[in-house]
Amino acid sequence: MGTLNPTHTSFLSGIDQEITPQEKQEMRDSIVGSIYSCAEAIAERVINHEQNYKSELDRKIDNVVTSRLLGIPIMLALLGAVLWLTVTGANYPSQALAALLFRIQDQLTTLFTLAGAPAWLHGVLVLGMYRGLAWVVSVMLPPMAIFFPLFTLLEDLGYLPRVAFNLDRCFKKACAHGKQALTMCMGFGCNAAGVISCRIIESPRERLIAILTNNFVPCNGRFPTLITLSMIFMGGLAASAYGAAAATAVVVSLVLVGVMITLLISWLLSKTILKGVPSFFTLELPPYRKPKVGSILIRSLLDRTIFVLGRAVMVAAPAGAVTWILANIYIGDMSVIAHLAGWLDPFGRLLGLDGIILMAFILGLPANEIVLPIMIMSYLSSGTMLELDSLHALRALLADNGWTWLTALCMMLFSLLHYPCGTTILTIYKETKSIKWTVLSVLMPLGTAILITLIAAQLASLF
Amino acid sequence: MESTSQLFGLNPLPDQLVVALAGNPNTGKSTVFNALTGLNQHTGNWPGKTVLRAEGSFMHRDKKILLVDLPGTYSLLATSADEQTARDFICLGRPQATVVVADATCLERNLNLALQVMEISSRVVVCVNLMDEARRRGIRVDVEALSSELGAPCIATAARDGLGLDKLKDAILDMAAGITDTSPRQVSYEPHVEQAAAQLEARIRPFLPGWANCRWVALRLLEGDSGIIRAICSSLDDDSEKVFLKEGAAAWAR
Repeated sequence: MGTLNPTHTSFLSGIDQEITPQEKQEMRDSIVGSIYSCAEAIAERVINHEQNYKSELDRKIDNVVTSRLLGIPIMLALLGAVLWLTVTGANYPSQALAALLFRIQDQLTTLFTLAGAPAWLHGVLVLGMYRGLAWVVSVMLPPMAIFFPLFTLLEDLGYLPRVAFNLDRCFKKACAHGKQALTMCMGFGCNAAGVISCRIIESPRERLIAILTNNFVPCNGRFPTLITLSMIFMGGLAASAYGAAAATAVVVSLVLVGVMITLLISWLLSKTILKGVPSFFTLELPPYRKPKVGSILIRSLLDRTIFVLGRAVMVAAPAGAVTWILANIYIGDMSVIAHLAGWLDPFGRLLGLDGIILMAFILGLPANEIVLPIMIMSYLSSGTMLELDSLHALRALLADNGWTWLTALCMMLFSLLHYPCGTTILTIYKETKSIKWTVLSVLMPLGTAILITLIAAQLASLF
Repeated sequence: MESTSQLFGLNPLPDQLVVALAGNPNTGKSTVFNALTGLNQHTGNWPGKTVLRAEGSFMHRDKKILLVDLPGTYSLLATSADEQTARDFICLGRPQATVVVADATCLERNLNLALQVMEISSRVVVCVNLMDEARRRGIRVDVEALSSELGAPCIATAARDGLGLDKLKDAILDMAAGITDTSPRQVSYEPHVEQAAAQLEARIRPFLPGWANCRWVALRLLEGDSGIIRAICSSLDDDSEKVFLKEGAAAWAR
């Protein structure tokens, strides 16, 4: 290739400078407009549409679900319906599972006693590991087993591109790329997957914004925490239709808060450290497909439910053992856990939380799934023995430890906004190849979470 | 002017005709590419870019053709690396012909690209693919009428089933060998754009000897596409640089 010729360049860039940016933009709009209307005119003359039932129907549905007026309300209604089914459906299997699993715990205890095993072994294995696992499974499995198939169903129908279409305008206003709506939707599944999917965004600036803010939508690992807590504290255990509706409304609002924070932070980033204008893109709306029930069940149950649960179990089992050990090693007259929690407690109180919750978030860095289990195990290990029958017992346990609806709300907000999980952080590093951006991707959400929970807690304490 | 395909890391045989394959994503462009070239392909990157390139060769009526698969794009407005790569190759690589693969089920959107390609090059063949899918959806495309609207040969294909490929090969060869007469349709812009473009075209024409599409360059300058300046400058070989320097100096002196 020839080297840049200075004279040539200066001639052409001289012309370039004669034209003001505003004129250029007007020219570009006019040129693009002319090309499009020319293409439209030609297409009209050479294409003959026969009445076709399916594509007509697709178009009619799209006109409704992507309309300016109804698009976003329909989206919220669908999300609400999915969550409502989850909340109302998850309660009973959860109780049955808990009853079964804790009956097994009793039998294990009998077995250990008969075998004459030392108390510490029984403590680590049964009270630590097994009980932790039983909690994870009975609390998290039923909501996941209902939520994921329903979510996969929407995905399979071809609804997600329509969501991106509806949200495109909002992202444009936030000076971000319209495709960020798609990467955000991926984030609902898994933030690590969401961060990888940001590769579809060409411009490095907008891609970084999408990567840095992906964490603000709840992933599979955090949805169960949000659903469980809102069922217990906002839904009155979802015993009545009213309670279920309230719990659903809380989770929908939390998702909305997540989306709004995503937009707000995107806007702030593009006004400060990542300045620039949004670029164009074309979004294809694929035809709606008839969902395949078999593949939905396999994908949602195996790929998602078992995957998330598996990850939770893998980390929760050792974490359960470690938590039990920490709770039973005494320094002075207090256990290690009590020391740690006590040290974190003042700061936790400031955010409407407590020391144990903060410690659970810190220990839960490897996977968001285990934050709730670690918290439960820490509460359990502090001595209170409970007759465990799932949500009722969990409510009692939390209430005994001073929880109110405000604690639950702050915990949910913190869970929604805090730093991404270990896997996601690693993925962000691999995608950006920059320690600076990776550190920012941890500190920025953490700062946001602290700020928002602080405001929520302090506002509530005024009343 | 000599073919500048070498600039793009291509090494066509002396008797090989270079043909570019453009098209929107999801139009079956790769299917067409595979159907035409069979197993005679190899892949690599565009020089200096992380954009994937496939090239393949085939024989038709005893003529050798090197087919270069451009990245799938919706336009050539150069908003992404893919679009820039496709545009630079059609504009500066000077293929003997460019095939635009269009999706018959959503022709309008695909025509945007075809019209933009036809502004750069007059040697364009439009392959209207997925005709079977369009028929299933009740969409009839009058390919004859499209050919006369565009002033370029349009061939109906269903590349998945191998339908229409022989006709496509004929059209490609006739176009690349210079047998086909073309009068590609030019988009007519609003009067103020046309006027500004004509003025600018007259100014830059002396500086771009051997360039058939000065109007297109003028339009790009008008909309402030600074990337094209760099692309054009870096593509000028020694000869035209000398001409440019001489004429440029004379023009500045006036």
